Amino acid sequence: MSAFWNWYIIALVVANVVGIVWLLLATARRKRGVVEQATTGHIWDEDLQELNNPLPLWWLGLFLISVVFTACYLAFYPGLGSTVGALGWTSNKEVAADLDENRRKLEAVFARFRDQPIEQLERDPQAQTLGHNVFVNNCAACHGSDARGAKGYPNLTDGDWLYGGTPDTVVASIAKGRHGTMPPWAAVLGDQGIEEVANYVLTLSGQNADAALAAAGKARFTATCIACHGPEGKGNPLLGAPNLTDNIWLYGGTLDDIKASIRNGRSGSMPAWENVLGMDRVRLAAAWVLAQAPRAETATAAAPAAGEAGQP
Amino acid sequence: METVRTYNDKVVRQFTVATILWGIVGMAVGAFIAAQLAWPALNFDIPWLTYSRLRPLHTNAVIFAFGGCALMGTAFYVVQRTCQARLFSDRLAAFVFWGWQLVIVAVAITLPLGITQSKEYAEPEWPIDILIAIVWVAFGIVFFGTIVKRRVKHIYVANWFYGAFIITVAVLHIVNNLALPVGLWKSYPVYSGAVDAMVQWWYGHNAVGFFLTAGFLGMMYYYVPKQAQRPVYSYRLSVVHFWALISVYMWAGPHHLQYTALPDWAQSLGMVFSLILLAPSWGGMINGMMTLSGAWHKLRTDPILKFMIVSLSFYGMSTFEGPMMSIKTVNSLSHYTDWTIGHVHAGALGWVAFISIGSLYCMIPRLLGLSGMYSTRAIDLHFWIATIGVVVYIASMWIAGVMQGLMWRATNPDGTLTYTFIESVAQTHPFYITRLVGGLLVLSGMFIMVWNTAKTWAMARQPVAAVPIPTVVAA
Repeated sequence: MSAFWNWYIIALVVANVVGIVWLLLATARRKRGVVEQATTGHIWDEDLQELNNPLPLWWLGLFLISVVFTACYLAFYPGLGSTVGALGWTSNKEVAADLDENRRKLEAVFARFRDQPIEQLERDPQAQTLGHNVFVNNCAACHGSDARGAKGYPNLTDGDWLYGGTPDTVVASIAKGRHGTMPPWAAVLGDQGIEEVANYVLTLSGQNADAALAAAGKARFTATCIACHGPEGKGNPLLGAPNLTDNIWLYGGTLDDIKASIRNGRSGSMPAWENVLGMDRVRLAAAWVLAQAPRAETATAAAPAAGEAGQP
Repeated sequence: METVRTYNDKVVRQFTVATILWGIVGMAVGAFIAAQLAWPALNFDIPWLTYSRLRPLHTNAVIFAFGGCALMGTAFYVVQRTCQARLFSDRLAAFVFWGWQLVIVAVAITLPLGITQSKEYAEPEWPIDILIAIVWVAFGIVFFGTIVKRRVKHIYVANWFYGAFIITVAVLHIVNNLALPVGLWKSYPVYSGAVDAMVQWWYGHNAVGFFLTAGFLGMMYYYVPKQAQRPVYSYRLSVVHFWALISVYMWAGPHHLQYTALPDWAQSLGMVFSLILLAPSWGGMINGMMTLSGAWHKLRTDPILKFMIVSLSFYGMSTFEGPMMSIKTVNSLSHYTDWTIGHVHAGALGWVAFISIGSLYCMIPRLLGLSGMYSTRAIDLHFWIATIGVVVYIASMWIAGVMQGLMWRATNPDGTLTYTFIESVAQTHPFYITRLVGGLLVLSGMFIMVWNTAKTWAMARQPVAAVPIPTVVAA
């Protein structure tokens, strides 16, 4: 703040407060010999008059107390321009002190889980409570408070994992985030091609489809889609490419949904939480999430196609 | 010199009808959006009916249409009576009326269409802002022109408040709406960041202080002594609280921005000046209430006085609550909760609407050459329905607001929040329904007023004879 604005603020504040106190005290003096119940002698609109009763003492006191409080407050806290105040208080310092205090308290809470493997945290009721708290505070906005997701946001309870369901991959998904992209194919496939491929994709999960269109779609699928989704459509967890055979759908499994996914592509983004939450909370959240899903020993892990390096 | 000079009551009658009409419209929209908060499906998936567009329509309609017409109408009535002079210009006064109605209609069309500056209580876009400024300056010319040609030496206290309200609102409106247009219906403010926020709330809180407080105190200072037939309690109290009120209000805006990017010094000043504001505010309440000393028995028989005295009670209560909420510690609990909504309606319904309704009931018969309204019992019924409605409204929002504040700040030992946001919404649901009931009670009271006013109008001789200005000049 420049010297001009500093003094501008100080002058305005002091002039305003001193001005009203002067007016208050000047008005509060009771003139001798004035009959209190008399009117001022002015009459408006035939019958409007004014008495001139003294200021109520309790009101006068209330007014002065608020002014005294203001003077004290401005002596101790910032307010008068760039004057800091006797306590040296700033909101930045208060936040920093609160954060330090908070970190100190939380360190004690989280320290004992730091070296435990995720599998152990999955069985520890206290760790589960902490993990659940982290989840509902941070993850529930997209994945739902019951972790069952929504269209575009994966259901975490069904044992189907886009990027793999091991402790390491789930921790990595939370800590580093994920970005799953399916390119738009409208320009490549054309309307007829989209119709055919979509019908073929329906057959992969055993749904009803137009047999002729599906048969035609198989060739197109092999030419266009297997790079990510694999020759059998079982997906690729290194890329986050969904398994198309399990009838679990991130963006909906109707013919129209599938056509829309093929035509326009899809882009899903999970933010990286490591810097927000810290690894202690990330691991606890991962342990809680894993505990919600059925045990994943039999989870499908499609073999990564050769040469298809995974994007983070 | 003409032989018989008369008051211009035509424009006052027009504003009176408009006040009641826009009161119904504004409060009906309010009740509708209150219902939307309880049952969101009520927006019927129609963009024009979404809460985000109807909420500013509600606030603009009740503040500037209902409140504005009440203030303009009574200001024209009061300034003529207390100056013993006809309005400065009949044609300009007519322009003020029709210009203001045009503003209201333009706002009511553009806001549901989604045309907005997104500044709270200053949503209308720049073409409407310019029209508002022109009409407002005309309003000022008529008012102060009448003051200048007054035939009474002293300027009555009500006119100080009306005058301060007119001048300050002009300044606030123009400064806050400085913007660069990029099209007919789109502009960007000249301010940015924290400065924009501070200018906005300097405007926003002084809209409360000068539009919703000083203006209505002007109303109070005329109609309360008129209806009570008692002199104003203390002239010197009115002097002190007037100057203190209008100077200190100017500082209070930052209390809307506690715990934000606003610099610490501005937050502190916003808080301490809000605390000083308590006494000047209560000065007005004391002067109004004590005007009834010696006439308290009239409250038993006169529901118009009941409206006025209850309005002063709500004024005193909300001007205590406001400084308390501006204390940073309290604000950290109350901010962003429905407590604020309750506080606003204690002022807007309890104070602003009640003093307006009381003043209109006092003025309407006089505008029509009658001795009283068609039905005093209907006024009494209106009073009780509205009072119960306001209390139900405020109480439900208080409970909801404190509950939300406590739920949002509750944390687990691990530092996480105890409740998700949606849990606080679910807990608030019954209070939203209760609030709707309160709002509907207030709205039904307005329909009683419409009926009573129509019946009163029908009793009057048409055309109404103009009221002659007394030839004896008062002191």
